[in-house]
Amino acid sequence: MDLYEYQGKQYFSRFDIPTSAGGVAGTTAEAVVVADAAGYPVVVKAQVKVGGRGKAGGIKLAADAAEVTAAADAILGMDIKGHRVNVVWVEHASDIEKEYYASFTLDRTEKLHLGMLSAEGGVEIEEVAANNPDAIAKIYVNPVDGLDIETARKWVDAANLDDAAREQTAELLVNLYRCYVEGDCDLAEINPLILTPAGNVHALDAKVTLDENASFRHPEWEEFASSEGEDERETMAKAKGLNYIGLSGSVGIIANGAGLAMSTLDVVTQVGGTAANFLDIGGGANADVMAAALEVINADPAVRSIFVNIFGGITRVDEVAKGIIDAIDRVELRSPIVLRLDGTNAEEGRTLLASHLSDRLRAEPTMIEAAKRAVEMAGR
Amino acid sequence: MSIFVDETTKVVIQGISPTSQGLYHGLRNRAYGTQVVAGTNPGRGGEVIEGIDVYATVAEAVDATGANASFISVPPRGAASAIIEAAEAGIPFVVCITEGIPAQDEAVAFNRLAREFPATRLLGPNCPGIISPGKCNIGITSGEIAMAGGPVGIVSRSGTLTYQALHELSQQGVGQTTCVGIGGDPVPGTNFIDCLAAFEADSETRAVMMIGEIGGSEEERAAEFIASHMTKPVAAYIAGVTAPPGRKMGHAGAIISGSKGTAQAKMDALAAAGVKVAQNPTDCGELIVEIVKGLD
Repeated sequence: MDLYEYQGKQYFSRFDIPTSAGGVAGTTAEAVVVADAAGYPVVVKAQVKVGGRGKAGGIKLAADAAEVTAAADAILGMDIKGHRVNVVWVEHASDIEKEYYASFTLDRTEKLHLGMLSAEGGVEIEEVAANNPDAIAKIYVNPVDGLDIETARKWVDAANLDDAAREQTAELLVNLYRCYVEGDCDLAEINPLILTPAGNVHALDAKVTLDENASFRHPEWEEFASSEGEDERETMAKAKGLNYIGLSGSVGIIANGAGLAMSTLDVVTQVGGTAANFLDIGGGANADVMAAALEVINADPAVRSIFVNIFGGITRVDEVAKGIIDAIDRVELRSPIVLRLDGTNAEEGRTLLASHLSDRLRAEPTMIEAAKRAVEMAGR
Repeated sequence: MSIFVDETTKVVIQGISPTSQGLYHGLRNRAYGTQVVAGTNPGRGGEVIEGIDVYATVAEAVDATGANASFISVPPRGAASAIIEAAEAGIPFVVCITEGIPAQDEAVAFNRLAREFPATRLLGPNCPGIISPGKCNIGITSGEIAMAGGPVGIVSRSGTLTYQALHELSQQGVGQTTCVGIGGDPVPGTNFIDCLAAFEADSETRAVMMIGEIGGSEEERAAEFIASHMTKPVAAYIAGVTAPPGRKMGHAGAIISGSKGTAQAKMDALAAAGVKVAQNPTDCGELIVEIVKGLD
């Protein structure tokens, strides 16, 4: 789960990582209140989970209350790459001496935590990595050992940060590591991390991705989840507990298992179609889950046909068949369904469905044939 | 022969109770012919559940039964400590099918195993398990879709695609030596290379079917290994050609980060290593069938 910048900064604060004085606002009036408290001049920043908001006019400097009103007016409600701006973050504008970069993430090849620190911040780290890889000081941290201040100091020296920034940055990195580990982040990134002319180091931006597998030990994450949901279809699927990702094609996909669901998208594309979504109903899916899945797909106006691809393992195909029969009774489906059922209890499932088959509900013997049929039906 | 497990493997089910997933799958594994010799539950030591003796700890179960493999399907919050308990008890092969373990816990468990318990191999987490047809089945794979006798070894990151692979081969009368599901998490205990090396060393395995997916660079590393160390033919399929970047496709590890971890890059690396690369699981099955026909 990606956090908004303001949520990331609030998350940083819990781990004593310094940020600029500021606050979040959903209206122009609120923006002025926050700006007054933060101290002028301020920066008004659109809160969207997509890059390039500066270029899109989503970040504005304001010297007084009137300028804050104008800036917030312009930014709130703005559309940035399909993301509507509902809130702005208003913070005291910092004087910047230097811009750095710092992050922690898991290196899957080394199976260790990877810290990256660079004296060249404020630009995409991928750009630095491509143009000047030596400017990035990397450190691998074994999660069993953790990161101590001595190691952090050596790392800061290796990154060649300005002398005035070194000790503060080392301390900040230890806290950022703590935030990353104890805060269960997949990614904790500060870009830019700044040094001010007064000699203070703090985070000017925050990019935090939380590991949703750890939500059971973070009840405080509830507030982040409630501000999710840019895609209405995904919000609906999430409410039903389904693993769904919205795409832009016309063949609705339901499969059991992440690998099979991905493979189903691939096969639909190979035979000339486009998938409307990724949907994994998981192991042990029963009639209720299947009905919920069909309801979500049915709510997508772009869907012209539905491909249900099931290979029974823990999931029993007769249960899936019952789910489909039940869902057809419950939901008025706009699109025809093509089925491919194999695996545990597949024969029983096919028998159950036999009397329900029609032009609107067809069964095909293999994944490829079913994909072809679904694509053909979507094209009509 | 088979890799990692065989008919002598004795399995302890960790976290057993009358309503646990572990018991449900353990009984199916036992019905398949697997030696399920013990269960553990700190609150149920001394009980017998469905004919399985229950011990309070893994160490006690090992002492009493000689168990040399463990099966973990406990909920995510207890899974990492269950893995370490098995290793501390000296279990050499631990299968963890639990899905949804926090990445931080998984990273700690992996590195503790690597440092303190190098003799313990972890399979998973978030995997379907392992089956050596006719000998041993630990996990959630339906035994009836597998076919004993070899000559194909299967290694896969996905559960349902593993079933699909077994199904494709068995339907064509091509058996398997062992089918290993390494799981879809970012830090798997056993990776492609571990399995490829074991299949290369196994005299009965004569070809390998490999199923990967987007995310990470394990398939690329496997390609390097195949090019430099494998004499046996390999056919592969990579799921997620059409997956959008930046989204976790069901599995925690199945995510394209920036331009890294794409299916195309993995397929290119494998093809360059001499692997026959298929566009879908059905074609991959056919490639293997052709390879096997050519062996005789």
